[in-house]
Amino acid sequence: MHNENQSLIFEITKEGRIGYNLEPLDVPDFDLTDLLPAELVREEAADLPEVSELDIMRHYTALSRRNHGVDSGFYPLGSCTMKYNPKINESVARFSGFANVHPLQDESTVQGAMELLYDLQTSLEEITGMDEVTLQPAAGAHGEWTALMMIRAFHEANGEGHRNKVIVPDSAHGTNPASATVAGFETITIKSGEDGLVDLEDLRRVVGSDTAALMLTNPNTLGLFEENILDMAAIIHEVGGKVYYDGANLNAVMSKARPGDMGFDCVHLNLHKTFTGPHGGGGPGSGPVGVKADLIPYLPKPVLVKKEDGTFHFDYNRPQSIGRVKPFYGNFGINVRAYTYIRTMGPDGLKAVTEYAVLNANYMMRRLQEHFDLPFDRHCKHEFVLSGRRQKKLGVRTLDIAKRLLDFGYHPPTTYFPLNVEEALMIEPTETESKETLDAFCDTMIQIAKETMENPSIVQEAPHTTVINRLDETRAARTPILRYTKEV
Amino acid sequence: MKHRYLPMTEQDKQEMLERIGVSSVDELFADIPEQVRFKGLYNIKAAKSEAALAKELAQLAAKNKDTASNVSFLGAGVYNHYKPVIVDHVISRSEFYTAYTPYQPEISQGELQAIFEFQTMIAELTGMDLANSSMYDGGTSLAEAGMLATGHTRRKKLLVSGAVHPEYKDVVATYAYGQSIEVVTIPTKDGVTDVEALKGLVDDQTAGVIVQYPNFFGQVENLQAMADIAHDAKGLFIVSANPLALGVLTPPGKLGADITVGDAQVFGIAEGYGGPHCGYFAVTTKLMRKVPGRLVGETVDQDGRRGYVLTLQAREQHIRRDKATSNICSNQALLALAASVAMTALGKQGMQEMAKQNIVKTRYAKNAFEAAGFTVLYQGAHFNEIVVKTNKSVTEINKALIEKGIIGGFDLGRVYTELENHALIAVTEIRTKEEIDTLVAEMGAHNA
Repeated sequence: MHNENQSLIFEITKEGRIGYNLEPLDVPDFDLTDLLPAELVREEAADLPEVSELDIMRHYTALSRRNHGVDSGFYPLGSCTMKYNPKINESVARFSGFANVHPLQDESTVQGAMELLYDLQTSLEEITGMDEVTLQPAAGAHGEWTALMMIRAFHEANGEGHRNKVIVPDSAHGTNPASATVAGFETITIKSGEDGLVDLEDLRRVVGSDTAALMLTNPNTLGLFEENILDMAAIIHEVGGKVYYDGANLNAVMSKARPGDMGFDCVHLNLHKTFTGPHGGGGPGSGPVGVKADLIPYLPKPVLVKKEDGTFHFDYNRPQSIGRVKPFYGNFGINVRAYTYIRTMGPDGLKAVTEYAVLNANYMMRRLQEHFDLPFDRHCKHEFVLSGRRQKKLGVRTLDIAKRLLDFGYHPPTTYFPLNVEEALMIEPTETESKETLDAFCDTMIQIAKETMENPSIVQEAPHTTVINRLDETRAARTPILRYTKEV
Repeated sequence: MKHRYLPMTEQDKQEMLERIGVSSVDELFADIPEQVRFKGLYNIKAAKSEAALAKELAQLAAKNKDTASNVSFLGAGVYNHYKPVIVDHVISRSEFYTAYTPYQPEISQGELQAIFEFQTMIAELTGMDLANSSMYDGGTSLAEAGMLATGHTRRKKLLVSGAVHPEYKDVVATYAYGQSIEVVTIPTKDGVTDVEALKGLVDDQTAGVIVQYPNFFGQVENLQAMADIAHDAKGLFIVSANPLALGVLTPPGKLGADITVGDAQVFGIAEGYGGPHCGYFAVTTKLMRKVPGRLVGETVDQDGRRGYVLTLQAREQHIRRDKATSNICSNQALLALAASVAMTALGKQGMQEMAKQNIVKTRYAKNAFEAAGFTVLYQGAHFNEIVVKTNKSVTEINKALIEKGIIGGFDLGRVYTELENHALIAVTEIRTKEEIDTLVAEMGAHNA
């Protein structure tokens, strides 16, 4: 274990060192005060690092070694779909004709980029069973909000602007209710039944003439398919509401069931999950939204269309559009990666992806169910949720189990989510992992379950092998230090 | 099927099915009702081999005119700048790009520290007390700033300068509509926000005043006067700033800004047909607990070693759910890393030198256009953009320019009817004297 602090870049700076190389100025120079009023000329330079190029590479290489990614090891983080990030995607996104094009260039000079986007849009329409897709939203939450704004515009256009309630199950991602609030709706939370699925009676009880939409993740965050989906859609449609599909878990149902065939009116996808855009340490993402025909007029501007002559064009003449949700046309670079992935897999490949994702999750669930509580004992989809309540009785929390996994080189599962399972451990293996990896992880989990009974302190005090151990989060929040300040 | 991303063998599969206690994978999907089951395969293009796909997509990419092999004078919010080569080497380390959000700090110290350094550099440049871990882009970051102001002041009106990027303004309007907030445009005069008009517009419902620095027309706004007007009305003053310009311009934090936002695309991030870029969000200490998105803070571990964690999470959607004031659930970590590497490479000295070169070269271009008989609008201080009047459609002129390998300026007539036949020309540090002279000559040749 290392005992020294990792230096900040500001702590290895030395006056006079540089890490850049600009062309010498080839036009007449002048003093900035000749042009700018004195009060607008910066007096004190921003205190940025002064380091050489090698200093920079060593610094960031050291930081990268203190970070765990999918390429470092297994990452069964539930609901995040931490599958392999193909390298061809990275190469294609860096092709100069994709990386070095300006969004405001004349359309005649960017037809290749527009063609790729259009083809991706069309593919996602087929995959989701929707009538039209917009690629503009920057991430999943942004897509949720975009779709809810469209639902709002739809109701307003029909003289039903009073519809202000969005229904969300208690197992939903936190972004669902937050997006509803930001789009100007009130959220009604409905409970899951004992089988982990939405309670239809509870749903019937809350719907009414003020229902704007139901937001649903299917399979839900417990990894369970909502079998009554057609009844649920009917309940919402009967009262005039719209049904929204949170596509975070699409990896579970590709080629098996499409949101558009399940009664959903709109859907957002997380291209950085199912379609391998890398997570990047927290972003960027891409959150396209697909809609059925009656929501098309409200799509955000501009809408990418193919003209009769075969060329591509951004249509701004959309009087009922909700407007712009993002400058330019979405996270193009992530869309290029997702497109490359879809073209790599093809129809057979995407079907196999889902089958293996579900096979892997069920296999792990069955291997682990004797050792941890399994609240919902039925076939899962791409992920499953265990409860650590048995271990909690022995004084070991799910948090401790997660930290103990770090000692074995694993990223732990999602913990304490969904909220409707006590001491939840949510495991999503994905299809790109081998049986050997799944078995080794299960063996480790079983060993930790044994340690919990025989030697709980080794779990409670974990991790033991990481570059730092547990951090004082209370201190971080109570006396926030959010930037480096030079000691004088 | 066999595929290089799918490692299970037929034998693996049989062993696993046996352990689960089913005879086929199909049984695992039996809970999907028959009526909604998708049968068959998607009607999408067939899979291609690695080499064949790379070739096809290289050809598709080659259909685009890029800013690497053409000479670009197109800016308007996205710029072609010097990108230190090491940026791509750092962000290509897969420990960074294949990681998720750093929710397990013990194995995510690299990402967390990199973000902490990003927050520090943005705070330094903007002169603000603190910055968050990044936002989607400059436009959505500005919209979130507007929402913060309305939530903080409990008022329902935003005043937005007519010299703010038109697409940013549109995004603000969309967010505002969702929250039933009124957006009023502050008129411009001589290419800058009309301060007198602003005085007449602020009232006791004004949550915030939003301006851009340098503004969409390249002009450097007089921030302090507008900050005073906003503060006298007890509203917040919000500045959307190009962070590179702050290498030489007095930072908004010293001129009364409560919130400074913008896009760090100027630091080592490709134009990329509009994204992903890297929004930033910086505030004064009094707004710390209202910042949207993620914040990284310093703390210590059980042995007293310094470390970093995501902090003040009580603000965020996954805790507050429907009480959250923002639904943002990600950041642009990888682009924030790219920007950090570029800011580090430029460093204290390079940041000033590069920013100044933008002003000096743009000045040269302005003089050259005027010497060639063009009218350049607005005589105030500029950063790296100027507005050049033409005799015919800018889009038409640009079509002639691209034949000469030049990507011309933004056609302002696309957005502003009063600016038909006006080009917004961007001159960054990578443009040479010769390229500027060629642009002026070619525009002159096609201006008749």
